Amino acid sequence: MTEEQDMAETEAAERVLTAGDFFESDLPDPEEIPPLACGAMADSKPFVAAPEHQEALGFPGELVDNWHDKAIDKMGELVGKYQSLRVYLDSCVKCGACTDKCHYFLGTGDPNNMPVARQDLLRKVYRRHFTWSGKYLPWLVGAQDLTEDVLDEWYSYFHQCSQCRRCSVYCPYGIDTAEVSMAAREIMATVGKGQKYSNEIIGKVHTLGNNLGMQKKALEATLEDLMEDIEDETGVEIDVPVDKKGAEVLLVTPSADFFAEPHIDGLIGYAKVFHQAGISWTLSSYASEAANFGVFVGSYENMREVALRIRKAAEDLGVKRIVFGECGHAWRVAYSFLNTLAGPFDFLDQNYPVPQHICEVTHDLIERGVLKFDKSANDHIRLTFHDSCNVARASRMGDRPGGQFEIPREIIKACCNHFYEMSPETTRENTFCCGGGGGLLTDDLIELRKKGAQPRMRALQQVADDHGVTHMAAICAICKSQFSKVMPEYGFEMDAIVSVHQLVSNAIILDDAQSAEPEESEDKPSAEEPDESGEEAEE
Amino acid sequence: MLLGGLAYKITQYATTPAPLKIPTTPAPTTRGGVVLRFLREIVLFETLFKANKWIWLFGWVFHFALLLVLLRHLRYFIQPVWGWVAFIQPYGYYAGFAMVAGLLGLWARRFLVPRMRYISAPSDHLMLALLVAIGVSGLAMSFIGRTDIVAVKAFFLGLMYFDWQPLPADPVLLIHLGLVLILMVIFPFSKLLHAPGMFFSPSRYQVDNPRERRHLAPWAAKLETDAEGGGR
Repeated sequence: MTEEQDMAETEAAERVLTAGDFFESDLPDPEEIPPLACGAMADSKPFVAAPEHQEALGFPGELVDNWHDKAIDKMGELVGKYQSLRVYLDSCVKCGACTDKCHYFLGTGDPNNMPVARQDLLRKVYRRHFTWSGKYLPWLVGAQDLTEDVLDEWYSYFHQCSQCRRCSVYCPYGIDTAEVSMAAREIMATVGKGQKYSNEIIGKVHTLGNNLGMQKKALEATLEDLMEDIEDETGVEIDVPVDKKGAEVLLVTPSADFFAEPHIDGLIGYAKVFHQAGISWTLSSYASEAANFGVFVGSYENMREVALRIRKAAEDLGVKRIVFGECGHAWRVAYSFLNTLAGPFDFLDQNYPVPQHICEVTHDLIERGVLKFDKSANDHIRLTFHDSCNVARASRMGDRPGGQFEIPREIIKACCNHFYEMSPETTRENTFCCGGGGGLLTDDLIELRKKGAQPRMRALQQVADDHGVTHMAAICAICKSQFSKVMPEYGFEMDAIVSVHQLVSNAIILDDAQSAEPEESEDKPSAEEPDESGEEAEE
Repeated sequence: MLLGGLAYKITQYATTPAPLKIPTTPAPTTRGGVVLRFLREIVLFETLFKANKWIWLFGWVFHFALLLVLLRHLRYFIQPVWGWVAFIQPYGYYAGFAMVAGLLGLWARRFLVPRMRYISAPSDHLMLALLVAIGVSGLAMSFIGRTDIVAVKAFFLGLMYFDWQPLPADPVLLIHLGLVLILMVIFPFSKLLHAPGMFFSPSRYQVDNPRERRHLAPWAAKLETDAEGGGR
C-alpha cells in the first residue's frame, strides 16, 4: 500500500467516523453472546391491526370469542398443509446450535429470541394438542395450553423474528424459524390478532397496487420530476416510463424506490442501465410494488393475490421479460415463489429467466461489454457490501449456487475502486439481517430494530476502523430504510447506506448520441422493436 | 411399536405437501447435488460443525460410536457371523466408552451452558439418562460381570425363528434389554424423530430450481382451478 493510499484511508476514517466513539476502543465482536436477560423484550409488541385492515384481508376484525379453538384448528390445518411446519415442530432435538445465531438474541439477550426458544413458544402448544406425549405427559415434554398469556407471548416474540433464515443455515436439520413465525402470525391473524403494519400495507397493495397507497397520477408526477432531475444532472434525457405497452421489460420495484433515499438513487441507476443498453422498459401502475407482505403474515392466499397483479400487469402491457428491482424479501417471493404463485410464464421470452433480478441484468450487460464505467466517480467513498438476508439465504442470482453473493459484488467492483469485505462470519450465507425485515420495519418496533442491527453495525465498525470504509451498499429496500434510520444510533451518517445501482448510476458512462436516436438493442435480437409511442394501459 | 410408529410418521411426513420452494440457499441445483449435501450432513455433520464445535464433537462421537456399537450387536442376531461384523467387534467393544463419553459431554452442556439450560425440558434430560443407562449397562456386561452371551444369542435367534429359548436371568442384562425396549417404544413419540425427519426437511432436500420448474402443491393447485371460473 502506498503512503498516499494510507493517508487517504486514515483521513476517510476520520472524516466519517468521528462519532465512532460510541464504541469502546477495542471493538466488540459482532457475534458476542450476551448474558441471558429473561423477559427483556416481552413488552416489545407491534400495534394490532384495526378491524378494517383485518377484514380487508378476509380475517376477523378483532379477537373472536372462540379464539382458542379456532387457533388450534388453524394450527392443525397448517401442519397438514405445510410439510416444513410439521417436520420442524417434530424434529428439533434442542441441540443448541441455533441459540447464538439470531441477531435479535445477540442484540437483546432475551432468551426467547433464541431461535429454538422462539419455535418452542408454538411447539409447546403443538405438543399439547397434536402429540401423544404432550397430551398425556405435558410436564415431561414442556407442553402447554394456549392461554391468553401464551397468545400475548406469541404476539411479542413472533414479531421479533425478521424471517431472515440465519438459524436455518446453522440447524443440522435445516429448521427454519421463519416458517414457524409465519404460521404463528397466520394463526394470530385468523383469530383476529393481526399486525397493523403488514396487514394495512397488504390491503393497500390489493386495492392500489403498492405499499404506499400511491395513485397512478401521483406515481406519474413523481416520475416526471425524477426525469427532470436526471436530465438536469446528466444532460441526457432518460425515460422512466409507466404503463408503456409493448415495452420489452416490466420493471417491478419496491415503491420506496420512487421517493425514499437512498432507494431513489438506485431507481435512477436502473433507468440509466436500461437507457444505455437500449432496452425498452416500463413500470406498471397496477403492479407498482415488488414487496409482497403476504409472506410476512404467512398467508399463501394473500401472497398469491399480490403476485397475480404482477402477472396481470405483464400480460396487459405485453412485455417479454419481468425484472425485479433491489429488494430482499421481494426477491425471495419473486425468485422462489412467483412461478408457483402466478405461473406458468410461458407467454414471456424464455431466453431469460423469469423473473430476473436487476443485478442479473446489469451484470450480464457488464460482462458483454455493453456498459462502461468511470470508476473514479465513486472514489469519494470506500465501500463494503451488506448481503440482504432473503437474497442470501432464500434465493439465487445467475445459474450457479452463490451467484447471489458474486453478482452484486462484481457489479460493485466494476464501478468502484475501493471495496472491502466485512468479517466472513457476517457476510454471504452467514449475513446478519439489518434488523428491520419480515414485517418489522415499523416505528412501533423501533427499540427492537435498533438492538437487532447491533451485530451488523459492529461488523461495519470493524471495517470502518480497519479499512476506512465510509459506506455500505445493499440491495434491499428494507435494509436501506432500516439502516438510514438506525445508523445514526451507532455513530454513522444516515446516508452511509447506499443502493448498489446508485454506485452504477454514479459511474456509468452514458452515450449521449444514443439518447437522441435509440440504436438497436444489443441485448436481444430486436426483431420486434417495441412501439415507443405505446398507449397508456387502462387502469 | 417402533416399526409401526415410524412407518406412520414417515408416511405422514412424506404425504404432507410443501407448497413453496424453500431450500436454504446457496443450495444444490440438481438432485445429485442434494444427495451430496445429505451425504456430507450424515457422515460429517457438516452444519453442526459450522454452528458449534463442541456440540459437533460430542454429537458426532456419540452418533458414530452408537453406529459401531449397533453394528457390533448384529452378531447376536445372525448365524454364522458375517466377516465384517466379526472384524469390527473389538472396535465396537470400545466404542461403547466413546458413546457414553459423547453423551455425557452433551448432557454436561445442558447443565453448564445457560442457553442450553433454558431450552432443556425434563424429557431432554431423561432421554440422555436413558441412553447413558443403556450404554453403561452394556459396558458393565462386557467389562465387569460377563453375561452368558451364548445363551443370549440362542434366545434372540430363537425369537427370530419362533423357537423360544430361555433368557439368562442376569439383572444387568435384563436392565439393558428393558431400557432398549423403552427406547424403541418412545422412538416414534419423541425427538428421536429427528432421524427420519431430516430427510423430509424442505430447506435441505429441495432442489434450487424454482425458475426452471414450476412447483405446485395439490391444495395450492386447487386454488387455481377454483379461481378459474371468475378468471384471474
